Amino acid sequence: MSELHSDHECCAHHSQHHELVVDSLSVGYRQVSALKDISFSTSCGNRVALIGPNGAGKSTLLKTIAGLTKYTKGSLSWRGSRITKWSREFAYLPQREEVDWNFPITVRGLVEMGRYPQTGMFSRFSKVDHAAVDQTLEHLELTDLSERQIRELSGGQQQRAFLGRAICQEAHVLLLDEPFTGLDRTAAAMLEKTILSLAEEGRLIIASHHDLSNASEIFNQTLLLNQRGYGFGPTEELLTEPNIESCFNA
Amino acid sequence: MSEVFELIREQSFLQRALLAAVLIGFANGFFSGFVNLRRNALSVSALSHTMLPGIAIAVYFTGHLSQLNAFMGALFACLLVGLSSVLVGRNSRIPQATALAILYTSAFAGGIALLPFLPVSVDLHEWLFGEITFVSDSDLKIAFLISAFTLAACILFMRPLLLTLFEPNVAAAQGVPTRLMQYLSFLLLVLMLVASLQAVGCVLSVGLLVAPAATMLLYTDKTALIFWGGGIIGALAGVFGVILSVAIDVQPGPAIVFTLGTVFILSFLLSPRHGILLKRHTTD
Repeated sequence: MSELHSDHECCAHHSQHHELVVDSLSVGYRQVSALKDISFSTSCGNRVALIGPNGAGKSTLLKTIAGLTKYTKGSLSWRGSRITKWSREFAYLPQREEVDWNFPITVRGLVEMGRYPQTGMFSRFSKVDHAAVDQTLEHLELTDLSERQIRELSGGQQQRAFLGRAICQEAHVLLLDEPFTGLDRTAAAMLEKTILSLAEEGRLIIASHHDLSNASEIFNQTLLLNQRGYGFGPTEELLTEPNIESCFNA
Repeated sequence: MSEVFELIREQSFLQRALLAAVLIGFANGFFSGFVNLRRNALSVSALSHTMLPGIAIAVYFTGHLSQLNAFMGALFACLLVGLSSVLVGRNSRIPQATALAILYTSAFAGGIALLPFLPVSVDLHEWLFGEITFVSDSDLKIAFLISAFTLAACILFMRPLLLTLFEPNVAAAQGVPTRLMQYLSFLLLVLMLVASLQAVGCVLSVGLLVAPAATMLLYTDKTALIFWGGGIIGALAGVFGVILSVAIDVQPGPAIVFTLGTVFILSFLLSPRHGILLKRHTTD
């Protein structure tokens, strides 16, 4: 796959301070390497798609940036400083099958979890925390559903509830693992709208994505990834027939 | 019925039994929230049986039965059986749950075999099904201390414990010491099992540690309600069980657990939210 590094031009207007730089990042479990030597950089306001076959390491990359998985080589930096562990500015939204949907937690309870990093594990919620929760619920049109248990929501509403937690956490970088999987057309359209508006508000969205047909409408940048290599650049330039062919049929 | 209350007013051992039932019922019921969220009711059952040989060994070596050596013996046996099952699960093709089933039944069998050799006379029946009407003032104090400690720890660590249960990797990344939380919940579980030994015995303690929050789960999705409601159901079932035992002359331990079981089945049928007969369809 050809390596494209044209991302710097596209986000040059953004502040250097809000840049995420992934430099020669490698992640390995025992002898098996899950990610090898990945480098790219992007910044707030962008919507980045991670596209590639199963086993390419998309989830691993998301979890590594989120601080859930440790990297073995290279570096990750955000706003100019190196990140080695989880920070409140990063929010990870798990894949559907990783969530225990029967857990007795309401939409409000889930969104409230986003405040834990601010309040700490022991202190009570302040007025500010409650206001942030209410505001987030309203922002994502979840107010009427706030007392519902998470299984009682549609797929799109479930994604919005998890996004709500990320927003309530005041995260700047949202790492979404296959957010569109299992959504019907209406829900997908709504999620697309939400992602666009979250990016417009200045957040950086990075999501693994399967549907090549709508990738360029939702994401302005793409990291095309397989077990052998990767390419990074503006979605429209990168997602060409030959690139896709070489990524998926390598 | 008034004779029953008359009897309770006259007999201090019944009053102590009621107080113990409220304390132990509430603390167990509250903690049953964690047991339900961890979905490890079967492991609790295994651990409760494992306590018997642990306590028997402690009595064998120390020569007497007290809450402290009961706890130490129970903790030791639970750790040994629990960790051994993990070891077998990791190092063979036998799954951990299967290993646990083999190990706890063997340990339980060993414990029963050891009972006739103990230096104190013990009635097997009491160990298995408890005898809440025998609680002394000092037993009551210890039950109070254990219950208060467990409740305080649960309430203080509620957020990290819940986060660990819901999304362990997110919890770990947020700096929650998830291992420590798992050990803490194990320790609290053993404490609760020891505390309920006298009330309902080691076999029936599983009922107290599972049924209350499981019942609440049929009514609500609010985490706080599951815990506090579980506590209230546990306490009420404790009181009702003791009264029932006086009224119809059955043993209090089984009466308490039978009450909990009945409430659970009725809720399963009739809960407006999740009962099979009256369920409302809440999803649009």
